[in-house]
Amino acid sequence: MALLQAERMSVAFGGVQALVDVSFDVHEGEVFSIIGPNGAGKTTIFNCISRFYNLDRGVIRVKGKDISRVSPHAMAEMGVARTFQNIELFKKMTVIDNLMLGRHRSKRSNLVSEALFIGSVKRAEIRSREKAEEVIDFLDLQAYRTQQVKNLPYGIQKTVELGRALAMDPEVLLLDEPSSGLNMEETEDLAFWLTDIKEALGITIVMVEHNIKLVQDITDRVLALNFGAVITLGAAQDVLGDPEVIRAYLGEESDFASS
Amino acid sequence: MRFVMKRSYREDIQLFKYRSTFFWYLALIAGLVAMPAISDEYILSQLGFICVYAVGAVGLMLLTGYTGQISLGHAAFLAIGAYTSAILTAKGVPFVFALFAAGIVAAAAGIVVGLPALRLSGLYLAIATMGFGFIIEEILARWESLTGGHRGFYVDPASIGPIVFDTEARFYYLALTVLILTVLVARNVMRSPTGRALIAVRDSEVAAQAMGISLAWYKTIAFALSSFFAGLAGSLYAHKITFINPESFTRLVSIEFLAIIVIGGLGSLHGAVYGTAFIIFLPQLIGFTKGYLPEHLSDHPGLEPAVYGLMIVLFILFEPMGLYGRWLKVKYYFEMFPLYKKDTFRREKKYQKVERQ
Repeated sequence: MALLQAERMSVAFGGVQALVDVSFDVHEGEVFSIIGPNGAGKTTIFNCISRFYNLDRGVIRVKGKDISRVSPHAMAEMGVARTFQNIELFKKMTVIDNLMLGRHRSKRSNLVSEALFIGSVKRAEIRSREKAEEVIDFLDLQAYRTQQVKNLPYGIQKTVELGRALAMDPEVLLLDEPSSGLNMEETEDLAFWLTDIKEALGITIVMVEHNIKLVQDITDRVLALNFGAVITLGAAQDVLGDPEVIRAYLGEESDFASS
Repeated sequence: MRFVMKRSYREDIQLFKYRSTFFWYLALIAGLVAMPAISDEYILSQLGFICVYAVGAVGLMLLTGYTGQISLGHAAFLAIGAYTSAILTAKGVPFVFALFAAGIVAAAAGIVVGLPALRLSGLYLAIATMGFGFIIEEILARWESLTGGHRGFYVDPASIGPIVFDTEARFYYLALTVLILTVLVARNVMRSPTGRALIAVRDSEVAAQAMGISLAWYKTIAFALSSFFAGLAGSLYAHKITFINPESFTRLVSIEFLAIIVIGGLGSLHGAVYGTAFIIFLPQLIGFTKGYLPEHLSDHPGLEPAVYGLMIVLFILFEPMGLYGRWLKVKYYFEMFPLYKKDTFRREKKYQKVERQ
């Protein structure tokens, strides 16, 4: 069974058809990329899966369960974690606190026990901290542990956001343009981490990405979109070589000739 | 400079970062306990007020400073607490129960106000909470059979068993105890998962949801906690003044509370207490300067609100981190001496971010 299943999903904002009958399956343990020019509807897909948008038509299933009635915050409970295109970190908190927030779904304490900060709360805090430290080790964030996120360089913020999603212990990781704004070295690190996340941690990755080299290097299957509709879906090599995809990205030769 | 060698995560979640901090807090409490021995009735009365207001200010700090939900109607929660406690004690309920009941009734009201707040934010929320303040003020004035209307309500001094808190010193101890417990509870909540979730709601609602934080639930918790403390403060206030009427809980009180947390420094519990001390002593300061002002200015009833407003504006302009931020800077200066840089706390300009998106 597919881990994540989208069936003929359609979304319109007023007169703009953001998604038209988009269907795809994401299998467990694969890296699945969504590509397409700006405005193709890539982030809209993510926002639908995160339940920030409602579908007009169609169904999304996570582990076979229809999520159309699940509230946004319950998606974390279903094992879906995500990052955002324009970094949505908790800026005034430290890196470690951001990661600890990733552990929020493991919270079992209630307000009264927290007000007294009793033993069980302390132990849960320490467990969360241990998990957060594992993420810090994994992503080499040791140097930034107690720094406020807003003071960190952009690339590190991106990494912290990836770390926060990892701290959630997800089954599916939705990454919205993980390499945007990163320099070449940072992008290489990212490719390395993503491969590790897939292979060592066994987390399924769905990503929206513009860096074709990154897509080519680490992705199993690619979905290409344009104007909200699927152009093609298949193995990375085939999709990236598809003339339709190339035309969507680069335009037609005759466009240049006529201008 | 100080470095702390930490050997376990348990050490990292201690209440006090350094052992010396613990010592200083002990010294502070000892000093506060010794206050009645060295100060006169008037000062004690003011200190009592500071403790009472600080309880409410800690409440508003949780809501506005940490969760980012503005409230311009906090006086209403104070009023609900005050009247609940006054009516219950008049019916013979022991003070301790009345105090808790005041908190709980106020918290219930907070939840009711919080419900529309789930859909409102920013200015709209400010207006909605202000509207709530008006409603409560009006109810208190009109429901004469219960509240005594504008004639007001006489309240007995607080008492626990045989101890009656009828002198300034005794009341001061009572209020101080409640304040210390309040700050402890607030601190504990803020360093546990719930507190982090509240800050997360303030910093980014989308990301908070993606982390599995239910906005509705945590905003409701913030309103409930905040109005619980406001209710406690209201109860203490009623038993200190021993007379309450709707005029004790007007818009101006709500604005005073907002001024307290802005001046103290949004997002810090220390700030709530510092801000309270500042605002309580501000009228004395104004009274002191009145002698030097021209008559038409010193007699003007709008002088105090104007000064509050001016203070908020000045703090926002020149010290957005408030009194607590100022204190941090001074402390940092001495810790780093002689390496302190003037720009350490300057807000970083984010050219970088815009450039790279």
